[in-house]
Amino acid sequence: MKKIIFLLMWVVLIQKPLTVEAKKIRIVTTTEDLAAITRAVGGNRVQVDFIARGTQDAHFIDAKPSYILKLSRADLFVQIGLGLESGWVPSLLMGARNAKIQRGEKGYVNASQDIDLLDIPTQKIDRSAGDVHGEGNPHYWLDPMNGHRIAKNIAVGLLQIDPEGKDTYEENLKQFSKKLKVAVIRWQKKMAPFKGEKVVTYHNSWIYFLKRFSLEAVAYLEPKPGIPPSPSHLEHTIERIKAEGVRIIIVEPYFHGKVSRFVGKKSGVEVLVLPPSVSSGTVIGDYFQLFDHLIASLTDALKQ
Amino acid sequence: MRLRILVRITLSLVIFLALLFPLFPLNGGTVWAQSRPSQRFNPDISLNGLFAAGYFSEPDHLQFGAHDPNERGFTLQNLELTLTGAVDPFFRAEGHLIFGFEDGESILEIEEVHMTTTGLPYGFQVMAGQFFTRFGRQNKQHPHAWQFVDQTIINTLMFGGDGLRNLGVQVSALLPLPFYLELIGSVQNSTGETASSFLSSSEETFAGRPILEQAIDEGNDLLYMGRVEASFDLSETSSSVIGTSHLFGSNGTGLDTRTQIHGIDFFVKWKPTLAHNGWPFLILQGEAIQRSYQAGAALVDSNLLPRETFKTEGFYIQSLYGFKRQWVTGIRFGSADATDPSDPRTGDRWRVSPNLTFYPSEFSKIRFQYNYDRSDERNDPIHAVFVQYEFTIGAHAAHTF
Repeated sequence: MKKIIFLLMWVVLIQKPLTVEAKKIRIVTTTEDLAAITRAVGGNRVQVDFIARGTQDAHFIDAKPSYILKLSRADLFVQIGLGLESGWVPSLLMGARNAKIQRGEKGYVNASQDIDLLDIPTQKIDRSAGDVHGEGNPHYWLDPMNGHRIAKNIAVGLLQIDPEGKDTYEENLKQFSKKLKVAVIRWQKKMAPFKGEKVVTYHNSWIYFLKRFSLEAVAYLEPKPGIPPSPSHLEHTIERIKAEGVRIIIVEPYFHGKVSRFVGKKSGVEVLVLPPSVSSGTVIGDYFQLFDHLIASLTDALKQ
Repeated sequence: MRLRILVRITLSLVIFLALLFPLFPLNGGTVWAQSRPSQRFNPDISLNGLFAAGYFSEPDHLQFGAHDPNERGFTLQNLELTLTGAVDPFFRAEGHLIFGFEDGESILEIEEVHMTTTGLPYGFQVMAGQFFTRFGRQNKQHPHAWQFVDQTIINTLMFGGDGLRNLGVQVSALLPLPFYLELIGSVQNSTGETASSFLSSSEETFAGRPILEQAIDEGNDLLYMGRVEASFDLSETSSSVIGTSHLFGSNGTGLDTRTQIHGIDFFVKWKPTLAHNGWPFLILQGEAIQRSYQAGAALVDSNLLPRETFKTEGFYIQSLYGFKRQWVTGIRFGSADATDPSDPRTGDRWRVSPNLTFYPSEFSKIRFQYNYDRSDERNDPIHAVFVQYEFTIGAHAAHTF
């Protein structure tokens, strides 16, 4: 019994200095896109960490104990929501034992709040349709205009837990929105010549991006969300590509492989590997560079 | 007389109807309008069915796990109804009810039902209810989460066919260190079928001695577990978890006879950054468990069995390779120094099990497995082949590492 009491005392004692020295607001986001926007809004009052790398598919992240550790020390947690992270975030939140960031608490931000969502099911859905998301398509950060709302949701969260930073957050939010507004005009101008262009994507993950820039996905390499392509579906897709005059197939790096190469080769269409997320350590270091890169790659491919 | 009956019936009918259709609603007239959105507060519900078709070279086989395929032909391994949800801002709760067949009758078991705190200070978490003891890696897993068709030999030997689970309380703490270190302690009842190395159930025997019918009458009769679990990321793409677990309790062969069980376990997983829907991956996992069981003296058929201590040990090691999207192949080797779970003096045994699993989606699987079972008690090995199939409908449960 004595041993247990000593152990408990030790646990309590070594926690003290950690909480005292923490000055910056500690934020953990599920994706790097959210991390980038949080950095822009939080400025130097915050220290931002993320879980899924931009090069990883955020649907399929393992609930590693090291992530639990990150969340156990967070003051604010930001997630995409809409079921994107439902395979791993609940386990992490439960394991983290952090009262501040549980769903419904001040330190919890669901970035999809008040976003105009696409693909909201209008009738009863079930899994015979594959991995459908009941509340709408979760890839909304790929419409740069949604960046405003995401940033605002994060700012609201920050204001709740750090009211003293009000001026900083409001100013940063204003600057971010201003910069984004200008950038969107620039991106739209670059994409204007390709209005109405038809494309094929692997998963239905580019819908927000395509809609913003007036492009259209006429087919997907997956027959249904999350279901691997069958030969007959691919054959059908190749026919669609030819019939619709599709010039590019867009795939995320983690979806690129045999299937996309095969369809590209058979249909004679370029396979464009596009990163859907900010990825630190690459040229796509923030939310603006993400769209700079996407627009540049797309316009290059379409100009040919 | 008749009038009184009539009055009673009328009165009860009026009360019943008044309850059903409130004439004078207590809080305004919006009762009906409010009742429908309340469905939003329903817990997440899922139903999981796990079945197997099997063939054994010997009908008198060595699969002692309660959820193992157990006959030539078809077996319902597990039918599990899971309900989970937030209780209030302070607790989450989950329930796992399992249904099955026992000698042709349908049965219901309360596998796990517990509530867990969500935000105690200093990294503490308390769970209370009926739950699997967090000893090692295999014991806490529900049958549909197993990577093989059957339970490991050593787990069946130590914890019985259903695994070690009982009513109790668990306290755990995540320590504020630069790496993941979790301390877990639990106290549980040690009686019943699901505590087979401990007070257990009076229908059982151990090493020839009858299990006495005992109630828990002092602290010593409870089951105490301590576990330390640590995790390290070996690189960006591989992570490990290691743990040691220790159990202490009384057993049912005497009034002051004790059992101790100690175990070590490890788990390593590699998955590349560019994994496609979670594939490919490689997992290596193992567990070694040792038990020391003080059996009491007993007079059985006018033979005096002395008080003696039995040491039993065993281990398993398994590897799983998700080599191509939807496909996983695995191999497991398990060994123990006793064959009969109720008698540690029975000879050594080992089992090797290669398997191949196809996952049409996250919600279904088809698994093929071969078991080669060897026991000192038998002259010939037992060969077994299984085809296992599983479905889940309803809520998608989050995975743990």
